[in-house]
Amino acid sequence: MKFITDYRDARRVHALMDEIARTIHHPWVIMEICGGQTHSIMKYGLDQLLPDGLELVHGPGCPVCVTSIEMIDKALAIAAQPGVIFTSYGDMLRVPGSAGDLFSIRAAGGDVRVVYSSLDAVKIAQENPEQQVVFFAIGFETTAPANAMCVFHAKKLGLKNFSLLTSHVRVPPAMHTILGSVNNRVQGFLAAGHVCSVMGYWEYTPIAQKYQVPIVVTGFEPLDITHGILYVVRQLEMGTYYAENAYSRVVSYEGNQPAQKIIRQVFEDCDQTWRGIGTIPSSGWQLKSEYKDFDAVQRFQVQQIKPAESPLCIAGRILQGLNKPFDCSAFANQCNPEHPLGATMVSSEGACSAYYRYGRSQ
Amino acid sequence: MNKNLPTLEGLACPIPLPHNQKIVLGHGSGGRMSYDLISRIFFPPFDNPILKAGDDAGVITIPNNIYDLGSKLAVSTDSHVVTPLFFPGGDIGRLAVCGTVNDIAMMGASPHYLTAGFVLEEGLDVGLLCKVVDSMRLAACEANVQIVAGDTKVVQNGKADGLYINTTGIGIIPHDVIIHGGNAQPGDVVLVSGSLGDHGIAVLAARGELNFETQIVSDVAPLNGLVSTMLATTKAIHVLRDPTRGGLATTLNEIAIQSKVGITIFEDAIPVKPAVASACEMLGFDPLYVANEGKLIAIVDKNIADELLSVMKDHPLGKDASISGVITDQPADHVTLKTTFGTTRMVDMLSGEMLPRIC
Repeated sequence: MKFITDYRDARRVHALMDEIARTIHHPWVIMEICGGQTHSIMKYGLDQLLPDGLELVHGPGCPVCVTSIEMIDKALAIAAQPGVIFTSYGDMLRVPGSAGDLFSIRAAGGDVRVVYSSLDAVKIAQENPEQQVVFFAIGFETTAPANAMCVFHAKKLGLKNFSLLTSHVRVPPAMHTILGSVNNRVQGFLAAGHVCSVMGYWEYTPIAQKYQVPIVVTGFEPLDITHGILYVVRQLEMGTYYAENAYSRVVSYEGNQPAQKIIRQVFEDCDQTWRGIGTIPSSGWQLKSEYKDFDAVQRFQVQQIKPAESPLCIAGRILQGLNKPFDCSAFANQCNPEHPLGATMVSSEGACSAYYRYGRSQ
Repeated sequence: MNKNLPTLEGLACPIPLPHNQKIVLGHGSGGRMSYDLISRIFFPPFDNPILKAGDDAGVITIPNNIYDLGSKLAVSTDSHVVTPLFFPGGDIGRLAVCGTVNDIAMMGASPHYLTAGFVLEEGLDVGLLCKVVDSMRLAACEANVQIVAGDTKVVQNGKADGLYINTTGIGIIPHDVIIHGGNAQPGDVVLVSGSLGDHGIAVLAARGELNFETQIVSDVAPLNGLVSTMLATTKAIHVLRDPTRGGLATTLNEIAIQSKVGITIFEDAIPVKPAVASACEMLGFDPLYVANEGKLIAIVDKNIADELLSVMKDHPLGKDASISGVITDQPADHVTLKTTFGTTRMVDMLSGEMLPRIC
C-alpha cells in the first residue's frame, strides 16, 4: 500500500494544485478519457481544488458504459439458454439491456458467474465439458490482451465448449469522433494510463497534431491526475500540442509489445457501436477469421437482436463531454443505481454513478 | 434413547449418532431420530436447565431487575447464511450467536437468552454440525448468554447451502439507558471501535472464488462486554450500531435518516488495516462498505467522547477505537466525508451487491 499512499499525499497534491493555479491564465476545458480517472476525481474531490476557469469533462473511457445495448441484449439471450455458463467481469451484471440485466437472468435460474480473469472462464470450460461456457469480452485496450490470450489458450487446448461474446473498443477513434464534432468543447486530454500501459502513446502523437490539442498520459491516483492536469495546462498556456507522458512509472512510448502482439494475433479492427454515441468506424476489435469458431454470436445465433434504449438517458452526450450528469432530468430521479436507465449509472467507472455516489449533495 | 450407545462425556466431536454420520431427512421428522439428534448434538453443549426441561417452550424466570421502573426488554432475530461455513476467525455458529448478541447490545441492553433454529441440508456431515454447535457454545460462554430454546428442520439435499441458523435474542435495557438510531444529535461525536472491513475481506478470501490470499481474519465477536464497560462509564451514549452488511457507510446513512441529521466522517480517522486496504484496492471495493461482525459505532455527547474513547481503548475489542466523525445539522439525512485533501464528498448507502470492477 505504501506505493499507493505516496500518490495520495495531500501535501504533494496541494503543491501541484498551487503550481496549476500559478500557471493558468485562461479558462480551459480538459477531458479525462478514462472513467477510472473520473471516479478518482470525484472520490477525492480533486475538482474542488482546481482553480477557477479550469473545467474537467468526463470522457467515454468506461468500458461498461459504452458497450452497446445490442451486445447486452445478446448477452442476456445467451445467458438465458439452458446448458450455458455465462461468465463476465462483475460490473457487467447490473448493466440494463432492453429488458433486464444479467442479475435477473441469474435470478431466473441462469448460470451467470463473475470471474476476475478471462483465463478463469477457460478453466470453467475445462471443468464443465458438458456445458457451453461463454465469456463476455468487453473493454478497451486494457482488457484486450488477456481476452485475446484466453481465446488463444482455448484454441490450443482444443476446447469446443468455449466462446467469446466480443465487444472491444479502442480509445483513439473515440478521440477523433469527439474532436471532429462541431460541438466539441475539449481543448486538452488526460489520456488513460492503463490503456497506454498496453498500447504506449505513439497513437496519440498524430491526434495531438491534427487537432492541435495537448494529450497527456495520466495515471489514476490523486497525485497522478494532478500531475497530468498540470502538464496539459502548461501546454495549453504555452500553445503547444503534443503527446506527453505524466505516467512514466508505468507507460512507455512503445507500450507492452507482447500484449500488442497477442491482440494483433487474435483480433482485427471492426466498426463498433458505442452505447449512446453510435457507430464509430474502425473503433473496435473482433475475432479474426481463424478464431471465428470461438465467436458466441455465431454459435448461439443471436445476430438478429434489435434493442430499445431509454429515451430519457443522455449518456451519449455525457460520454462526449457535451453534458454533465446534473444536466439530465432523469438523474437521481427515474435513474439511480438501483434502477439505472443507462450504463453510466451502473459502472464503477461511469460518470453518472460517480456523481451519484460522491457529488449529489454539492 | 438407545441404551447401547456410549454415554457422552463432555463434547466429543463428532458425536456418533446411532443412525448415520450424515444428516438425513429422518433427523427432521420429529421422531426418534430427531430426539437423538437434539439430545446428543444440541443438549450437551448448550447445557442449561431451561433448555433441558425439554418442553415446547423454554420457561424463563423473570429476572428481578426487569421490575426496575422503566426497564425494557429488547428482542432481536437474525438468520445467518454464510459461505463458506468456516472462515478464518470464525464460522456460522459463532456468527449466529454474536450477530444476535450484538443486535441486542446495540440497544444498550444486556443480552441474556438466545433461541437457535437450524435448517440442515440432507447429507450434512454430523461432525461438521458438532463443530458449529461447539463454536456456538463457546461464543455463548464468551457473551455470557444461554441458549434456551431451539428447533431443527432438515431439507432435501440441494435445497439449502449446508446449514442455516436463525437466532433470536432477549436482553434487558436498564431504565436509564436511551439508545436508538433516531437519537443522534448535532454536536455529537462518532466513535468507531476498531478497524473496518476485516470480516468481509476474510470471508471473501475464504470463498476462494477470487483467487487471492490474505492473513486477515474475521473480527466476529460478541460486543456486549465492550458495551457494558462503555455504559458503566457514561449513559450519554445516544446511538450504538454494529456496521455489519453494507459497512460503516450504509450504517451511518441509516442513522442520518433516522435522526434527521448530517454526519461528517474524517478519512484520516477511519481505522482500516493495511492488508484490508490492499485487498480492497485490488478488488475495487471501498472498506467503508465492507462488512464487520465485531465492531461498533457509538454516537455520544462530545463532552464524554475523550473519556469514553480511552475506556474503549482499554478493552480488547476496542483497542483500535478512534473518534471518526461528528454529527451536524446540515446536510440532513446525508453522510459526507472530509478527505485527506480537505475536500468533501458524499458517502452513499451501498447499492445492490458489491461487484469487482472490470479493470
